[in-house]
Amino acid sequence: MSDTSLTTLPPGASARKRINGIDVFMWALRCAVAAIAIFGAVATLLQGRYSLAQWFDFAMFGLTLGSVYALIALGYTMVYGVLRMINFAHGDITMTGAFAGYFVASGVSRNGLLATHPVLAIVAIFAVAMATCIAVALATERFAYRPFRNSPGQAPLICAIGVSFVLEQTVRGMFGSGVKSYPLTTWHDAVINVAGLRVPVVNLFVMGCAISAMVILYLIVHRTRMGMAMRAVSEDKAAAALMGVDVDRVVVFAFALGGAMAGVASVCYALIYQQVHFFMGFAPGIKAFGAAVLGGIGSIPGAMIGGMFLGLIEAVGPALFLDGLGITAPYQLRDAIGFLVLLMVLIFRPQGLFGEAMAKKRA
Amino acid sequence: MILEIENMSLAYGNIEAVRGVSIKIVDGGIVALVGANGAGKSSTLNAISGLLPISAGTIRIDGQSTKELKPHQITRRGIVQVPEGRRIFGRLSVEENLLMGAFSRNDHQAIAEDRDRMFELFPRLKERRRQVAGTLSGGEQQMVATARGLMARPRVLLMDEPSMGLAPLVVEQVFDTIQAINAAGTTVLLVEQNALMALEIADHAYVMEHGEIVLEGPGPELAGDERVISIYLG
Repeated sequence: MSDTSLTTLPPGASARKRINGIDVFMWALRCAVAAIAIFGAVATLLQGRYSLAQWFDFAMFGLTLGSVYALIALGYTMVYGVLRMINFAHGDITMTGAFAGYFVASGVSRNGLLATHPVLAIVAIFAVAMATCIAVALATERFAYRPFRNSPGQAPLICAIGVSFVLEQTVRGMFGSGVKSYPLTTWHDAVINVAGLRVPVVNLFVMGCAISAMVILYLIVHRTRMGMAMRAVSEDKAAAALMGVDVDRVVVFAFALGGAMAGVASVCYALIYQQVHFFMGFAPGIKAFGAAVLGGIGSIPGAMIGGMFLGLIEAVGPALFLDGLGITAPYQLRDAIGFLVLLMVLIFRPQGLFGEAMAKKRA
Repeated sequence: MILEIENMSLAYGNIEAVRGVSIKIVDGGIVALVGANGAGKSSTLNAISGLLPISAGTIRIDGQSTKELKPHQITRRGIVQVPEGRRIFGRLSVEENLLMGAFSRNDHQAIAEDRDRMFELFPRLKERRRQVAGTLSGGEQQMVATARGLMARPRVLLMDEPSMGLAPLVVEQVFDTIQAINAAGTTVLLVEQNALMALEIADHAYVMEHGEIVLEGPGPELAGDERVISIYLG
């Protein structure tokens, strides 16, 4: 008669959440991570190993890298918004832009245009990288994703992973597997002094480009007809179609916008690390995906803030959290910290910082 | 004849949801399609809008088959659906929802005039034009959905269960609005579970049961028909 006790529970009792072992474990995990982070941070700060200028350098680098993650994350989030699909090839689409930008950069570097007309040369690099990313993104959508649009199960996702390999191996086959170094601009290593703090020009440049691109994107999404249609499609595809929206065109539009952002990101990323490589899209792609999830996938401001936050954590985190714990060479663990943050978000706030709950019922 | 459905059938997998349905809609009136839950009314509307493929029969707009048309192209031909459950864009503002309704149009001046007319028709929406539509009450959301549909300047407005989930007083308002819309020159195809109210205002009506049309005739006449009463009350 043990099950009769279940049926005689007073009304409302079943709605009360019961605490089980998994909840306890989760809380313990949460507390453990928080304790390690706080303990590490306090210890690092007490040791005083880093000066204010060094902290500033970390933060500056973090925000620079973060703005690039944010740009790439926007591509994931917009495609997810309209198709509810993770475009896992997006990091490699970014890589194709970096290669295209590299060829233009080495061209203008050899013929001297980079030295004589730097603005023109930089504009050309960005334009070609963006055009390449847009073209690759649109081709991917048309030939790899659209045929699978209505397929059941994980077919589109598997296909995206396949496209990722195709892009990597195509670039490897065409241009080799070696690391190619990006031509340096004259101002690349320049620094300016702001109130005694050294600010590298290239960081300012990258952040400026990334933030301008994001402002333009925001205006497109919120002030244009197509942008409004994209937001409508990401809420309710069928209802948008009933309003006369051609959903296929909106999907193309989202891929194009994501490609353009990836193009800007690719040049910025290459400027930071000064090299291109066929596999270079993988790590920033995964991290930007993490950033998009962190901000709440499908949310545009979420992708921007998630990217910035991840970049900052990665740059400041190792020194702040790990140094004080006596871990040597903490900087090599920056990827681990970045992904740990992503994992914690997935565990404790799966909808991200700004995202809707995936299972939310439509009112 | 604007819209003609002839012998249409459609199926979900092996389950036939609609069988051999024929509906004619001429310019000007209110046509009601009533029936119990699951009778195939919404499926019929979604087939007209191009959201569901049909397995047999034809749907014609101005005599042309819609077989090759996508949903947005059907909307652009003036056949506009206000879907069941309202389906407004909750994260867009009220005004943006209305502008989405006019997405198929390019006459900016006239769109702005229509928007102002909607705010006259629904003063509540004017007060809340900048508000995110998802925060409105059910009745207000139905206003947004209706106004959004009208912004397309439809020739035929397909309304799917506009009274669903609304308080009785608000339901009255919705029916008044439908009559006002019709009086202003828009043909309405009204799908309702609230059969008696729908039949009262319909010039012509069809009764659906198990995917088939079992009765048709002038609305008020059907409202008094014994068989209708037996389907709904008995």
